[in-house]
Amino acid sequence: MIVKRNELTWFERLYLPALIGGLKVTTRHFLNTLTTKTPVTQQYPEEPTRVLPGYRGAPYLVRDQDGATKCVSCQLCEFVCPPKAIRITPPGPTGKPADRTNAEKMPEEFEINMLRCIFCGLCQEVCPEEAIFLKSDFSLTGLARNEMIYDKEKLLALGGTHSGIQKWKQKLEEAKEQEIFPVKV
Amino acid sequence: MAWLDSLSPQTQFVFFTLLKIACVLGPLLTLVAYAVLAERKVSALIQDRVGPNRVNLPLIGSIPVLGPFLTKLGFWHPLVDGVKSFIKEDFTPAHVRKIYFWLAPAISLVPAFLVVAVIPFGSTLGAQKMVIADLNVGILYTFGIVSLGVYGIVLAGYAANSKFPFLGGIRASAQMISYEIAMGMSVIPVFLVVGDLNLGKIIEHQAQNGWNAFPVFGGGFGLQQWLLVPCGVVSFVIFFISALAETNRLPFDMAESESELVSGYHTEYSSMKFGMFFIGEYANMFAGAAMMTTLFLGGWTLPFLGLDQPADSILMGLVHIGIFMGKMLGFMFIFMWLRWMLPRFRYDQLMDLGWRRMIPLALANIILTAAVLALTNR
Ligand code: SF4
Ligand code: SF4
Repeated sequence: MIVKRNELTWFERLYLPALIGGLKVTTRHFLNTLTTKTPVTQQYPEEPTRVLPGYRGAPYLVRDQDGATKCVSCQLCEFVCPPKAIRITPPGPTGKPADRTNAEKMPEEFEINMLRCIFCGLCQEVCPEEAIFLKSDFSLTGLARNEMIYDKEKLLALGGTHSGIQKWKQKLEEAKEQEIFPVKV
Repeated sequence: MAWLDSLSPQTQFVFFTLLKIACVLGPLLTLVAYAVLAERKVSALIQDRVGPNRVNLPLIGSIPVLGPFLTKLGFWHPLVDGVKSFIKEDFTPAHVRKIYFWLAPAISLVPAFLVVAVIPFGSTLGAQKMVIADLNVGILYTFGIVSLGVYGIVLAGYAANSKFPFLGGIRASAQMISYEIAMGMSVIPVFLVVGDLNLGKIIEHQAQNGWNAFPVFGGGFGLQQWLLVPCGVVSFVIFFISALAETNRLPFDMAESESELVSGYHTEYSSMKFGMFFIGEYANMFAGAAMMTTLFLGGWTLPFLGLDQPADSILMGLVHIGIFMGKMLGFMFIFMWLRWMLPRFRYDQLMDLGWRRMIPLALANIILTAAVLALTNR
């Protein structure tokens, strides 16, 4: 496509139309904000922020409907995590067994360094057990660096319980959707 | 006041001059600080935001209505900004040219304040004329001083010894030198009309013959006044644009242009050294606004209610100072407003506007004014 460039008329080259246009816009905004008091600013700490669905906040571990740890310590998330924010200590042959029936093991320790995490969501994507989710928390603060390393207990407490057994359900739907996707050329 | 009268005239002069300097510099610095706040608030309003509204002082903040209101207004922000500037680490990068690096902020700050010395900011207060130095060549002095302002920026660009500040400095020097020519030429019609270089005399003339920017306003409706209207408007517009360019304000802030040059000539500066550039910029704006008020808008006069005569009481003197301040602050507001109205010029456009539009226009305007005066003064 070729954009036709019109020659500017002498009036336009005086910058006057552009100036008047700018004058109008700025005056309108100035007066509107001054009189109707509807600025777009959110007064953040006082007014709670709304986080839209799909927001990728801090990754937390979730429990299943019985309150048992969903994570099976497969370490896929540890492997996939780009900045290596996750460190999992597997139970080993002598460790504690899983606290739910249909799992072989659960992590001995599960740490996420929130200072390293880039909130990419790959851990959630890769987890076969749907045990880790990026929640909507975005303001994580601590007084020291080691406070920002969240251990298993904290992650589970923050993550809460996941409603119902959802294993593979969503993935199945996604796969189905991919199949019926009309791939027309 | 007996002890004052007992002093010799020279000592009295020195005393009153020092007093005036203190009385101008103090409020000016406060105004500069609050101009920064005003700029932030105006910007915020134009962009549908609220602007600074956080700082709260312990005692005053707990006064029922006033405290929260002042906080919302951002009234204490300049204070806190100042403190922040002072206690921030003053970092000197290893690669800078130290002497110039230290000198540049001062050099950019001082001229702006020197200009204010010759501006008549009111008529009289008691027996004292409200101008620090009643120079007969006031306007020449201002132009001399204003052109010093560029050295601060150029030195800063050179001293930083890195590319972006250097480019900013080069741009600033080219820009300020070219616009100074247009600026100087745009005031020549004023001198032709007034016939004097003393800023006080210029105001007096405007009180009788109408404002230089628009001679019909306040000067009667004679033929000469009507004929001088286009000359006045053109020279005022050229002076205004040049003043924007001289103070490095948008749309002419090529020296800073943060989208291309990080932040131009003061990229390497931090803490109070940066603060001084900042104060310098705003003081320059005030100086420009004061110059425009004096040269084109009749200074402390208003053409009605008898406000165009030198004051005979203290109250009138204060009213005159108020009028001057009002006009000046109006200009400041326009400066801030323009910032969000016009996109930044490209460097070649800027030069083109300066050399190929404004200078010829200013020259033509001189000839036109001279012709009008020659035809109508007979
Ligand atoms: S969100 Fe990304 S960076 Fe954060 S823990 Fe998960 S995989 Fe690692
Ligand atoms: S959170 Fe998921 S991916 Fe990570 S170790 Fe546990 S089960 Fe595996």
